[in-house]
Amino acid sequence: MKQFFSFVKKEFHHILRDPRTMLILLGMPIAQIIIFGFALTNEVKNSKIAVLDNSKDVATTALIQQINSSRYFDIEKSLTDYKSIDAEFKTGKIKMVIVFPQGFNEDLQHFNKAQVQLIADASDPNVANTLANYATAIIMDYQNRITDDRKLPYTIHTEIQMLYNPQLMGAYSFVPGVMAMVLMLVCTMMTAITIVREKETGTMEVLLVSPVQPLKIVIAKAVPYLLLSMVNIMSILMLSVFVLGVPINGSLLLLIAVSILFTLTSLALGLLISSVTASQQAAMFISLVGLFLPTVMLSGFMFPIENMPLPLRIISNVVPAKWFYTIVKSVMIKGVGFSLIWKEVLVLTGMMLFFLVLSIKKFKIRLA
Amino acid sequence: MNDVKAITVDHLTKKFGNFTAVDNISFEVKKGEIFGFLGANGAGKTTAMRMLCGLSIPSSGNATVAGFDVYHQTEKIKKNIGYMSQKFSLYEDLTVKENIRFYAGIYGKSNEFIKNKTGVVIKDLHLEKEANKLVKSLPLGWKQKLAFSVAIFHEPEIVFLDEPTGGVDPVTRREFWNLIYEAAATGITVFVTTHYMDEAEYCNRVCIMVDGRIDAMDTPQQLKKACDAASMDEVFLKLARKALRSDT
Amino acid sequence: MRSLRFLLQKEFRQIFRNTSILRIIFLMPIIQLLVLPWAADYEMKNINITVIDHDHSPYSRQLISKITASGYFILQDYTSSYNQSLVDIEKDKSDLILEIPASFQKNLIKENESKLFVAVNAINGVKANLGGAYLISIIRNFNGNIRSKWIQFPRFNPELNINVVSSDWYNPEMNYKYFMVPGILVILVTLVGSFLASLNIVKEKEIGTIEQINVTPIKKYQFVLGKLIPFWVLGLIVLGIGLGISRLFYGIISAGNLFVIFGFAAVYLLAVLGLGLLISTYTSTQQQAMLISFFLIMIFVLLGGLYTSIDSMPHWAQMMTKVNPVTYFIEVMRMVVLKGSGFADIKNQFLIMLGFAMVLNGWAVLSYRKRY
Repeated sequence: MKQFFSFVKKEFHHILRDPRTMLILLGMPIAQIIIFGFALTNEVKNSKIAVLDNSKDVATTALIQQINSSRYFDIEKSLTDYKSIDAEFKTGKIKMVIVFPQGFNEDLQHFNKAQVQLIADASDPNVANTLANYATAIIMDYQNRITDDRKLPYTIHTEIQMLYNPQLMGAYSFVPGVMAMVLMLVCTMMTAITIVREKETGTMEVLLVSPVQPLKIVIAKAVPYLLLSMVNIMSILMLSVFVLGVPINGSLLLLIAVSILFTLTSLALGLLISSVTASQQAAMFISLVGLFLPTVMLSGFMFPIENMPLPLRIISNVVPAKWFYTIVKSVMIKGVGFSLIWKEVLVLTGMMLFFLVLSIKKFKIRLA
Repeated sequence: MNDVKAITVDHLTKKFGNFTAVDNISFEVKKGEIFGFLGANGAGKTTAMRMLCGLSIPSSGNATVAGFDVYHQTEKIKKNIGYMSQKFSLYEDLTVKENIRFYAGIYGKSNEFIKNKTGVVIKDLHLEKEANKLVKSLPLGWKQKLAFSVAIFHEPEIVFLDEPTGGVDPVTRREFWNLIYEAAATGITVFVTTHYMDEAEYCNRVCIMVDGRIDAMDTPQQLKKACDAASMDEVFLKLARKALRSDT
Repeated sequence: MRSLRFLLQKEFRQIFRNTSILRIIFLMPIIQLLVLPWAADYEMKNINITVIDHDHSPYSRQLISKITASGYFILQDYTSSYNQSLVDIEKDKSDLILEIPASFQKNLIKENESKLFVAVNAINGVKANLGGAYLISIIRNFNGNIRSKWIQFPRFNPELNINVVSSDWYNPEMNYKYFMVPGILVILVTLVGSFLASLNIVKEKEIGTIEQINVTPIKKYQFVLGKLIPFWVLGLIVLGIGLGISRLFYGIISAGNLFVIFGFAAVYLLAVLGLGLLISTYTSTQQQAMLISFFLIMIFVLLGGLYTSIDSMPHWAQMMTKVNPVTYFIEVMRMVVLKGSGFADIKNQFLIMLGFAMVLNGWAVLSYRKRY
């Protein structure tokens, strides 16, 4: 045991003596949470749009004002000519044009019917779609207010309730994702690289001929990163609660426990990568291309998994971050207990054991 | 040997903060001479050599290499010297021929010259079979000999060798020194740092550095006589014992 | 100039001899372009819904079948109480709950109005918003059908009706891949440019060959150019391959002139290569260079407007995107490929990029030292 701790100490010295790396490891999570927590939102707001008002009457003026006062739209420009729309879109400054035909109010008053045209720059279909929806909702709202006094028969009132995140804040879905990303990065990539570095510089050979069991050496390398990750988990949680205002609705203890489980899984994966690669560059690229991208793309935090084609949905199941993301969302935001997440926990535990056993096996083969 | 000076060094000093790596050294090297620069690790040999090659700016003092000033004419110096560093400095992922061609090319040699001389060098080194193999695949001793040949390929006035024979077996070291003699015979001045004392015996003149200063400078024979020593090894031990700073 | 030729010859030989790097340069972009766009899709379909039908009337059944027939929703579960359906949400089995109260049909006909209750899992705000909006529009439509059935021969429509027609330009099928592919291509070109170039130079530092180069009469700018040009060429080749793949596999044919894209890319690559150079002058090991490039690229990519709209970011983050070269190239790429913008439309971006290229390369050349 004493030998083991002297190894752990040595690893700590390595990390603490390289302030640049240290800074990146501890600073990156903080920078990421702040930047992404605030800046990354799928929400569409403050979109710049233009208006082409061929009527300029009471109704259109009122509508335009209502659209402009909503948080979704900033009316940037008033166009006078249908032909100029294409040119406006091509400079990329505006995302939608609302076109009112001539005699809008007249039509509305006399025929109870009028038309509005929304022309969206659909090169970003998501934004185009969302903007069209928002604009339609505002127009409908306006229409309903005019009709308010004329009561309609046979009306279904729909009451809609937003669960967990009534203000629809982007941070609610990004925080758990960033947590997964950072832990993966620190644990997997860094453990893999440090072990491979010892291989590259040849110091691994020296350690292996010492009387300490090889397995202990490798585990000793992982311990500092486990502790470092604990610090990162704490700082991420504090920032999300106190700075981003994302609540911890469930048990904090459970949340920390599952985070440690995920950290261990990532460490085991790091060990596995280190046992199959021979150079730092290779370890780095495997971590980057094989882990980081799938974590971002396939864990469900950036893009909903259920929208993906079947092959990708299947592949997403082998991404540990996907399971962790689900667990964190459930515990932190939905506030559910262990009884509802035990399946995901089981999967993660299974993955951890699998990676661990496999890397020990590979390690032994290399020694033999 | 004539009296043309290849290198003149006058009160040259290099400080890194409070640390004086090279402390007020002065010496001259004649054209065609093999000049040995000895000292323990950290004595300041490499720093002194880097200043002469134009890699490092002196803190004070003067020096000229091939008649050019080390402060203002480094680019002219670089055209007239060859350099072989401590670390093996050929590209492992290029072939023998490609390495020669690359270095000769950046010294501005004509294709004609490169083509002819490459054949000669490869033949001299007995590398005919390996000419189109990656340098990576050569044994270390061969690589070092090749690196030396590349360093003098463009026929510089002076060649600087920074511990060229580290990690090489005695037989190959012998061959390496034969190459140095051949080069010196064509008039190239050789400036070599080493801590193998047997190699010091091969030099025309040696200079022993201790703690950044020159402690002794003469022919090996004279040094041995002055210190009453049987070999350069003994000379060195006697002088180096005074050293205050050890390995850095 | 002759020295430069030899430098270039050497660099190209080394790059083409290193198969693992070559694989990274050429295979990685191809695979990523083939896989990533499929994952990056915000379009909402397959929204899971749990229904609590207390009414069991023909109307409630009609409504449910209308919802499932819409193509947006998948009926996950029928439950008998709200608490039970909440478990579905907690388990992530379902995204949305629709509760139809008892006597829904009766109230609608007799009392002229009826209520429905919808609860949405809003952890992902956008998804919640869109899902809710889809459901409401289906209900409204359903409502309209019922109304027109009961109000026989309406003399005139009592309902005010503003008809909203929306048209989607440049991408009428609302194909999300048209949007993502050009953006992802930018990232790949960026990786080749900055990442590989900085690693390449730092590697010469690590193995010591840079010392040897430094004692030769090669000029600073020659050495830097010798490193820049090969990756510049590779970057443009990767861009060409990428455009070919987008055309072949996604049917994306640039609406704008390819010369505009390549012209901009040429300047853009200079800028990111300058960044790579800069990183290499400030680091001494490949590990450091990789970590720093990685950190920068991650911020550049995520703040570059690839995935999320820049307009929605807070003001300070929008300021950050202004000093992010990736933002401009993604913007230009999408403008040219999808909307057919010409050089006049992207003139500003072009000038800004030129500025980036000059500043970054100038800085890098100045801080690359041959002497210490």
